[in-house]
Amino acid sequence: MKVLKTLAVASALTATAMVGAVSADTVDDVKKKGFVQCGVNGGNLTGFSSVNDKGVWEGIDVDVCRAVAAAVFGDASKVKYTPLTAQQRFTALQSGEIDILSRNTTWTLSRDTKLGLNFVGVNFYDGQGFMIKKALGVKSAKELDGATVCVEPGTTTELNLADYFRANKMAFKPVVIENMNEVVAAYLAGRCDVYTTDASGLASQRMTSVPNPDDHIILPEIISKEPLGPVVRHGDDKWMDIARWSMTAMVEAEEKGITSKNVDAMLKSNDPGIKRLLGVTAGLGEALGLDEKWAYNIIKQVGNYGESYEMHIKAKLGLDRGVNDLWTRGGLMYANPAR
Amino acid sequence: MEHLNDEGVRAILYQVLFVLLAGMAVWYLASNTISNLEKQNVATGFSFLNLEAAFGISETMVDYEPSDTYAHALYVGFLNTVKVSAYGIIFTSIIGVIFGIARLSHNLLVRSVATVYVDIFRNIPILLQLMFWYALIINVFPHPKKALNPFSDVFLTNRGIYVPIPEPHPAYMWMLIAAVVGCIGAYFLKKWADKRQAETGQPFPTIIAGFGVVFGCALFAYVIGGMPTAIDTPALKGFGLRGGWNMSPEFVALFVGLTVYTSTYVAEIVRSGILAVPKGQWEAAESLGLKRSYILRHVVLPQSMRVAIPPLTNQFLNLTKNSSLAVAIGYPDIVSVANTTMNQTGQAIEAILIFMTVYLTLSILTSLFMNWFNAKMALVER
Repeated sequence: MKVLKTLAVASALTATAMVGAVSADTVDDVKKKGFVQCGVNGGNLTGFSSVNDKGVWEGIDVDVCRAVAAAVFGDASKVKYTPLTAQQRFTALQSGEIDILSRNTTWTLSRDTKLGLNFVGVNFYDGQGFMIKKALGVKSAKELDGATVCVEPGTTTELNLADYFRANKMAFKPVVIENMNEVVAAYLAGRCDVYTTDASGLASQRMTSVPNPDDHIILPEIISKEPLGPVVRHGDDKWMDIARWSMTAMVEAEEKGITSKNVDAMLKSNDPGIKRLLGVTAGLGEALGLDEKWAYNIIKQVGNYGESYEMHIKAKLGLDRGVNDLWTRGGLMYANPAR
Repeated sequence: MEHLNDEGVRAILYQVLFVLLAGMAVWYLASNTISNLEKQNVATGFSFLNLEAAFGISETMVDYEPSDTYAHALYVGFLNTVKVSAYGIIFTSIIGVIFGIARLSHNLLVRSVATVYVDIFRNIPILLQLMFWYALIINVFPHPKKALNPFSDVFLTNRGIYVPIPEPHPAYMWMLIAAVVGCIGAYFLKKWADKRQAETGQPFPTIIAGFGVVFGCALFAYVIGGMPTAIDTPALKGFGLRGGWNMSPEFVALFVGLTVYTSTYVAEIVRSGILAVPKGQWEAAESLGLKRSYILRHVVLPQSMRVAIPPLTNQFLNLTKNSSLAVAIGYPDIVSVANTTMNQTGQAIEAILIFMTVYLTLSILTSLFMNWFNAKMALVER
């Protein structure tokens, strides 16, 4: 069997060149080359990752990479971005083309296991919704029997869509186009009745790509859970720790009331938790193999989670915190103890 | 050591060495990849083929449900690739031959139109053409509720073309069988007509008579079968048109794009084939008093075919391979389905291997057929 498998792979390889060997120690590689290679959404997904009018990447997904760069280098700008489609993203990470994938990616069991990847955490809790033209008079997703649905391939969305229609014994026709902008264009041209993706994505598209946002409505049903978060390669625990705790530091900072504005004043705080987080009391940085100022640099340069959310999601898409609020205010954002 | 100076022995030795080296290089790459994948905990092997696919496919030639396996989904994609390639090759040949001949027409208008057609469509990248046709269809044609209705019950919409079709009835199966029988009959009719013409010089309208035989047989089966008249007409229902026979915008865009693009190359090949036939052949045929259309069909085209077939094979292969650009406009061909599979299962190498095998198989089959055809058309030296 092994021989057969080797032969099969051999013939595939003669035509497809594999990207060079992937090192198991990403953090050393990153330090050596001097920047974090970050895979983001290439579809200009406002709020998550898009290029602003100054040519700078911004968004809540981009902030994860900036936080990691701030933790490793003390400089949030030491990030290079690789825009990816839904279909390219996992291969790009597996092959070592990028160091971290922060591209509104849903955490699922099979992705966490079979793809050889590990999810670091959740930076946005989302759910799948439907957008439809108001003129069609549809009020609920239950009325969508027979509809043509535009969807991106290679996403959990594509699977949830089939599940939802199967569960409700409805028929549908998918129109599956790889490039996100092309999918939206097909929906707007009337090729599909409905466009489906994560609710935040719908809000983002409605804000930016749809010419008359008021002619389209987002149906009330949310048909899935979509915990979106960054991903790293399986088997590189050191790098995963850095990514995980960089994210946690942003939430922890919000819990403690530390912002990019007051972080310098907070250095003089008497709260032992704040002292540990900001490196006034040494220990956490060393544990991660980083400078003791790692969290200070994140908060100073990127901000806490709430600031990031306000700047990118609330201000650009008008989405309230909802489940993405801190657990102390009834949301799901909960920082594991940084100690 | 003397043997090493022998030219024959050395030739074999070099070949053995080359095969060994190439084999070792491939083996090294493969085993290296497998061990790397294992190290990274990426799943390998083909067992995923039996898992539930769980995604939808918009157009299928066989029944497909999201609850079917990945293997079945890939089969659906494969059939879609075969479908668009087969239609493409047939129409490319017809249109290519027409434009190839038209480029040599004595009529200035016909010649100019053909030249402009070839020059425009040959010089724009195929991917852009596909996107152009797709955008044209979905933006220019209306929503099903305001569908263009050129003939009664035929609808042109941005969801595709809808035409009425007869409802299923056993008589249609019999018609198909009768038509096949008719084709065999027509073949023997042609043999007989050729023989008679060779003996007596009497021509026989083989083409018209042949069509007559085929249609006659089918009509006969239709009458015997009980003359079913039930028609499945497309009608507005729910979100769009239901019923009838539907060609999706993705299929139409891909089919038109591939056909138009490849037919320009075929036209040039046909033109060069015709020009390759010495002028003396025309003159000899003219001096016998044959009509121009008759010369073209019976004297020039058969000879130009010999020049044209090998490059034509190339174009047919190109068309099949270019159909993989379907991904860009959402036609669910094998690449599109395999891409989705690869993404849901994470098994990129296996998925790529599958569609490479598919294209290789299709290409080899096309080549074998064209080689056979070439051998058949080749000048038989006596």
